[in-house]
Order: sequence, then structure tokens, then C-alpha cells
Amino acid sequence: MDLNFTEEQLMIQKLAKDFAEKRLVPTVSERDDNSEFNRPLMDEMVKLGLQAIPFPEEYGGSGAGYLAYIMAVEEISKYDDGAGITFCASASLCGYPIFAFGTEEQKQKYLRPLCLGETIGAFGLTEANAGSDASAQTTVAVLDNDEYVINGAKLFITNGGEAETYVVMAMTDKPRGTRGISAFIVEKGTPGFTFGKREHKLGINTSITMELVFQNCRIPKENLLGKLGQGFRIAMETLDGGRIGVAAQACGIAQAAIDHAVKYAKMREQFGKPIAAQQAIAFMLADMQTETDAARLLIYRAAWLKETGKPYAKEAAMAKLFASDVAMKVTTDAVQIFGGYGYSREYPVERLMRNAKITQIYEGTNQIQKLVISAAMLK
Amino acid sequence: MNIIVCIKQVPDTTEVKIDPVTNTLIRQGVPSIVNPFDKNAVEAAIQLRELHGGKVTILSMGPPQAKDALKECIVMGADEAVLVSDRAFGGADTLATSYTLAAAIRALGKFDIILCGKQAIDGDTAQVGPEIAEYLNMPQVTYAAKIELVNEKTLRVHREQDDCYEVIEAQMPVMITAVKSLNEPRLGTVWGCVRACRGEIKLLTAADMPVNYDRLGLKGSPTQVRQIFTPEARGLGKIISGIPAAEAAEQLAQMLCKSIG
Repeated sequence: MDLNFTEEQLMIQKLAKDFAEKRLVPTVSERDDNSEFNRPLMDEMVKLGLQAIPFPEEYGGSGAGYLAYIMAVEEISKYDDGAGITFCASASLCGYPIFAFGTEEQKQKYLRPLCLGETIGAFGLTEANAGSDASAQTTVAVLDNDEYVINGAKLFITNGGEAETYVVMAMTDKPRGTRGISAFIVEKGTPGFTFGKREHKLGINTSITMELVFQNCRIPKENLLGKLGQGFRIAMETLDGGRIGVAAQACGIAQAAIDHAVKYAKMREQFGKPIAAQQAIAFMLADMQTETDAARLLIYRAAWLKETGKPYAKEAAMAKLFASDVAMKVTTDAVQIFGGYGYSREYPVERLMRNAKITQIYEGTNQIQKLVISAAMLK
Repeated sequence: MNIIVCIKQVPDTTEVKIDPVTNTLIRQGVPSIVNPFDKNAVEAAIQLRELHGGKVTILSMGPPQAKDALKECIVMGADEAVLVSDRAFGGADTLATSYTLAAAIRALGKFDIILCGKQAIDGDTAQVGPEIAEYLNMPQVTYAAKIELVNEKTLRVHREQDDCYEVIEAQMPVMITAVKSLNEPRLGTVWGCVRACRGEIKLLTAADMPVNYDRLGLKGSPTQVRQIFTPEARGLGKIISGIPAAEAAEQLAQMLCKSIG
């Protein structure tokens, strides 16, 4: 494994950083306070081509590869991880399954505009009673002549209400359990497809999370994604990739917390010297950076495996498990270093601590990651 | 519309440091960037292409590392980039530089518009653009704050003056220099990054152009820099504002009288 990045990867990383500093940073705190999903700003971001990074040119992609994509997710997330998860959920959870399992027509119709930043995407798997147990799906799709009729609801959907394209899982053959789940592409605006309430969340408030509601929603038969009954496999493979993205988001959050903490510790004086000169603080910083670097290396390994076409499910789960736990710990420590100011909304570290928590939960809870890792070890 | 934009790679510093012994800029440890006004010129070229079609070529004279600056313009969306580089060009003043760039432009073909930044932030001469226009015997409009196409032969340019805009129409081919208020340069795209890294940057050397070697580089440079120094910092000036001009003038006169004593 080569730890030297290509000029192209570094250039894309810099583009993400320049955009974040120029356009996201000035308003991130205010957007977070107001739980504002700023669509024009997100459109500006995806038009840079961030959703196009991992996909090939024939579908509007850039062909720059998965590692460059993951580096961009981390970079944007350092400054505004709500924005990071917005384009990451779109590319990883909607773009990827269409790319990997879609027909040529589906790729041209749905993946191309997503790559070009004309649309954003979303992914609907979770339901009120089907979280870690995805097989407990109650959303159903029934074939009626040339159309599938979908009924049910999907909960906690990132980009819900804003995305133009949705990859949605539904039962087509309940007795077959997970083998009875199929994947569908549903367009926003389809009659019978509406949105429930917007979630009020602990963090990632610059992103939007909504419920998807299907009431006799009829979609053309050709919007079946992959084969009938292949939905669970599509969902699991999609989440394998999505986990690397969430791990990168966590890594960006952790690095941001460290950068803020280092700056503060050098500036804040107590007992006549900067608190960074106290070994108690300096050693905390050393641990924080070491753990974050370790997380980053796990992430890059998983991304490299995916980019080079090797199996990566276990390594993606390890990266997500470790990076999210590190993000939670590092952000909590950053708040501690800031002391009372850290608990105040005047400083950014409390936001990072609130945002870190979700990375331990979504794209499969960390307990599910341990199931994935141990199952791969023990098979 | 065929547009060529001349850019310069400059040190990224607002506070240029000078070696007191050699009287040259200290470039070590200072990252290089595309001269900011040149980025306005590149942005203007891309916008014109988006509106009217055509091609945007970026041209720079400099050492091999100036390729990085050219790549930055490809990231923004320029179609191709050409580096003019040769040991014979070393030590060029603005006259030798514009002579060389004009020769390169002639060698590259016909262009409707030549765009430059109004000046480079390191040398601050604002001479190279106008000199290129002279060498190529074409009209020039400097300090452009707005550029629009009137018809397929004519451009209308708003020239930024201290207290007004001068609106000028010029026949193409024309050389235009850009000011900061012309536009907000874009960051570029991921596709641009890929094109910049995978595409070729064309190289032109002295042998590739019909040039008189006596007019190149140090040999062709009548200007000699005798001394560069950092002026001593002056105290802050005082601005009288928020009152009618007549009152302000009176206040100013009183202050001046007092200072004379």
C-alpha cells in the first residue's frame, strides 16, 4: 500500500477545503443553530463534482477513485459535517447502488444527473421497527400490471424531502424474509410519495432528516433496481461502502476538534502559562491525534481496498467502528480542554461533540459493526 | 471565440520580503499562487466562453514549476495550457517578457481576445499586457471591470477609473487587462482537477518561436533593478468623514496649521 497520495487526490482534497473555508465556514454555526438545510449552498457544493468523484466518466463521474472521494468527505466534514453527510449519503447510498446494480438506462437517467450535481439522492431502508434488524421491513411493493405499488414508511432518511432520487427497500415476497426484499428507484414528486415530519436531532443539524411515506405510490416496473429479491444484498453492499464515508465524516469531526483544541490550548493561559504547557493537557492532545491518525489509516485502507476491487466489508466496518468511537472520545476531550467555554455555544467544539454521536449509530450501529467484523473472522 | 489568457505565477504573500544583499525577492518558504488579477482574467475568459462558445488557452512564461499555476487554471475550467519556458528567457524584464509572450501567441495561432491581469502583485508594473498589445499591433483596453460582446466583432468594456467608469468599444482582436471587481474567480471542479493532472501542458521553448535571441531574457532587458527596499512604515493617516465637505476641509486646514505650528 502506497501512502503517497497522487497529485489528483491532493488537488481534489484542496478543492474541498477551499470550498469549505470560503462557503461553509462563514455560516456553519448559524445554520446549525437554526437547523437550516441550505439547499442553494448544498447545490453549489455538489456542482463542484463531489458526488462525481468515485464514478466513471461515462456516467458523468470524474473517475478519480474512491480514496479521493473519501478524502473529500473527510475534508468537508472537518468544517461542516452536516454538509459532508449530505453529499456522502447521496453518492454512497443512492449513487453507488444505482452504479453497481442498475441498468444502463437507470445509470444514465439517475446516476448521471447525480454526478453532475443536478440532483441529490437518498436511501430508504430503516423503518420504525426495522433498524438493525433490516429483515423486519413492513413496506411492501406489489406488482400491478406494469407498475409496482409501494405502501409503507421509511424513518430517519438523510436528504429526505430534498433529494430528487430515492433508493427504497420494500418487501416483494414476505415469506422469503431477507430474500423477499427488493430495491426500487423512486423519484420525488411521484403521486403517493410524500414526506413526514422533519426530525429534530441532537446534531448534524445542517443536514436534513425526514420520514418517507408511501401510500399507493405507483412506480414503473423498470424502476426495480437489480433483480427481484436482491434488495437485502444491495442494501448490505451499499452500507459496506457507506460505512467508509461515515468513518471519514467521523475522522473529519475528530480532526476539527483537535485543531480547535490545539489552538485554544496554546492561547488559553492559567497559572501564568498556556494550558498546553501543562502535561495533563499536552498528553490529552497526543492521545487525540494518535487515535485520529490510527482511525484515518483504517479508513484509507478500507477505501484503497474498495478502489482496487478487493473485499472490504470487514475493513469498512472496522474503520467505521473505530473512527466513530475515536470521534466521540476526541470531541468529548476537546470540550474538556475548552472547559466552560467548551460547553458554550460560542465555541465550535460542543457542536462537534453533538455531531460525533451519530457516527456511532448510523450506517449500522457500532454493535452491528462488531457483528460484521466477528462474523468475517469466524466464518 | 478564441481567447488566450496570460498568467504569472507569483509568491503568495502580501508582505513581500526582500533579500537586502541581492535585492531580490526571497521566494524560499513562500508558496506560489496564480497572480490574483490573472485569475479574474481567467474567470472572464471562461464566462465569455460559456456565453458565446469557443476555447480558452492559458499562457505563462516561467520556470517548469509554473506548470502548477497553469494547472490551477485548468481546474477552473480552461481548455488548455501552454508553458513558455527556456533558460534563454531567464532574467527578463517586462519588455523581454512581453516580446516573448507576443512571439508565443503568434506561434499559437489567431486569438480574438488576449486577457491579462491588470498587474502582477510581485512586480506591480502593469506593463506586460499593454506591451503585448503593442507587439501584436492590436487595440488595448486596460482595467476592465465589465466585458460584454456587442456583436461578433466588437467588445464593450467598462474601464475602472478612480471616480468613474469609462465605457469603450473595441474591435477584436483586442488585449484587455482585468481588475479585481470584474468578477469573483471560481474555485473549479473535480473534473477540472482530473483534467489538470491527466492532461498535457504544451511546452514552447525559444526554438519553437521565430525570435531574435538578443531580445530575450537578461540580454533583452533594458531595465535593471538597482535597489529594492521595504519603505519604513508610516503612521496611520487620519480620515475626516461623516461631515459635509466644506466643514471637513476647514477641519483639515486647521489640523495642518496646527501641525506646522
